[in-house]
Amino acid sequence: MLIYIFRRLLLMIPGLIGIILITFLLSRVLPGDPALMIAGEQADEAQLAKIREDLGLNDPLYVQFFDYLGALAKGDLGFAWHTGHSVLEDFATRFPATVELTLFSILIAILVAIPVGVVAATKKESITDHISRVFSLIGACVPIFWLGLILIYFFYSKLGWSPAPMGRIGGEINPPTHVTGLFLVDSLLSGDMIAFKQALSHILLPAICLSTGTMAIVARMVRSSMLEVIGQDYIRTARAKGLMERIVIFKHGLVNALIPTLTILGLQFGQLLGGAVITETIFSWPGLGSYVTESILATDYAPIQAFTLVSAILYSLINLSVDLIYGFIDPRIRYD
Amino acid sequence: MNSATQSSPTTVGSAKIIKPRSTFRLLLQNRLAALGLFFIVMWTVAALVAPLVAPYAPNAPDTSIKLQGPSAEHWFGTDNFGRDIFSRVLYGAQISIWTGLIAVGISFCIGVPLGGIAAYYGGVTGNVIMRVMDTLLAFPSLVLAMAIAASIGPGLISAMIAVGIVGIPEFARLMFGQTVSLREKEFVEACRATGVKDSIILFRHIFPNALAPLLVRATLGMGFAILTAASLSFLGLGVKPPISEWGAMISEGREYIISGEWWLVTFPGLAIATSILGFNLLGDGLRDVLDPRLRSSR
Repeated sequence: MLIYIFRRLLLMIPGLIGIILITFLLSRVLPGDPALMIAGEQADEAQLAKIREDLGLNDPLYVQFFDYLGALAKGDLGFAWHTGHSVLEDFATRFPATVELTLFSILIAILVAIPVGVVAATKKESITDHISRVFSLIGACVPIFWLGLILIYFFYSKLGWSPAPMGRIGGEINPPTHVTGLFLVDSLLSGDMIAFKQALSHILLPAICLSTGTMAIVARMVRSSMLEVIGQDYIRTARAKGLMERIVIFKHGLVNALIPTLTILGLQFGQLLGGAVITETIFSWPGLGSYVTESILATDYAPIQAFTLVSAILYSLINLSVDLIYGFIDPRIRYD
Repeated sequence: MNSATQSSPTTVGSAKIIKPRSTFRLLLQNRLAALGLFFIVMWTVAALVAPLVAPYAPNAPDTSIKLQGPSAEHWFGTDNFGRDIFSRVLYGAQISIWTGLIAVGISFCIGVPLGGIAAYYGGVTGNVIMRVMDTLLAFPSLVLAMAIAASIGPGLISAMIAVGIVGIPEFARLMFGQTVSLREKEFVEACRATGVKDSIILFRHIFPNALAPLLVRATLGMGFAILTAASLSFLGLGVKPPISEWGAMISEGREYIISGEWWLVTFPGLAIATSILGFNLLGDGLRDVLDPRLRSSR
């Protein structure tokens, strides 16, 4: 197993170089001018020339690439002039908020989509099945930025059930003592239930918004995988030997239907990262996503480039982890 | 002669040759696909007739009627500049459908030849092309589109290019898979034996046989392109105000949702959702018609 993980990590290296190369080329080869992006539309030619010289944009492309690689090796992701900090510092501050939101969204998606998919498959053509299929269809089509605003309208403006869509915790509450940076976990660790309730009420709407697309796709996948599994001989055997239906479905059926579901969840992680940019912007969530939007509005390219790079690396690592989890779910899968 | 017209059975290996009339008839029998087609036709007609039927000019401000709710005069209400939202939604259909068509066109016209060349010639060329495609697939699609649009500079054209580039690897992989299975078929060998040029084999003989899955992908890609372009506009990387584009309209209306002016975002949002739903349903329906093996349990 360890050899397999090591081999997969080694195989990731060419992919990572490709990711870095593409991220680099995006800022150098496409028709935009990085100097103009930094200096703004009002900059004169002399200012632009100086920025080009400072950034090494007059050097040959391969020299620029190796400079970029060298900087990355030192952890230098560039400088965000709109915040006045290095991108790495900004990332370190904002990363926990995005992790918390993304993990909570995945949790909601799993907790809703798996039972819905199972019920839809076991009661095919029932009302539940039809509702879940309509939900899956619509959930995959609704733009996340629209859904977020509609949720704010109903749950904040109309019903008043949700706090104002501003940040991770109410202004009057002190954030919990920093341990992991995830407010929900930190408040539980420090036993601060007031902070926990506040953090939970703030994360609920953005997490529901972010999870809807994933929920729809996972529910659809669980349903179709379960339908396939339920038709297998071993399920008939399990029923024939008198096992309770609950055990047949969850112990023999669901476990075998989880592998394609897990693949989809891994692939959905990429969508969640993109979705986080939009969701965090709508809910003023102080994570990497809203940081990227602020950078877009300030035409500050370094943070956008860094986010693109980090997202692609995270996405590759998540998909590697998914491949490794297969072995735990299905012992027939061996890593040689 | 085109191998597509030579073959008497409708299937060649894994591929299927499209017969437009029977495909359309089968599509209409599929209720969900027919619903999808209805939404697409509705928005296409709206885009075409917008200048004739829109009751007001889409970008004409009138502050005396700003932020009015839906009424007999303004069916979808007015926005913060007093512009008629119904007229703007109709004109928005033009931008969204054009954006989708051009973006998918870019993905198709670059991805398909790249995938075909990679599979047909193989070797180093094929490997390099496909590794680049795999690397592009490693980027989350919206994040990559954002990075491309940000580096070109905000605007409608850059949004189209960004969404188009993001879609290239999907078409390349699909065409690669189709070409790998078709290049060993007898009709391709016969072409080679008679000295037909590689480019003609690839584009006049292999391409028509690979068209069915590409068409399904293109239909599904339209929904994705409309959504991604609207997301870019929402983030400030796509169409700029005052142009009436659905994503930009939602972005402009978002600050009014808290004070209860729901109509500014609701109608453009429904327009995006129904157009994406239309393309997704039609794409699923086309897949069922063109490849019945995939019908199974969905």
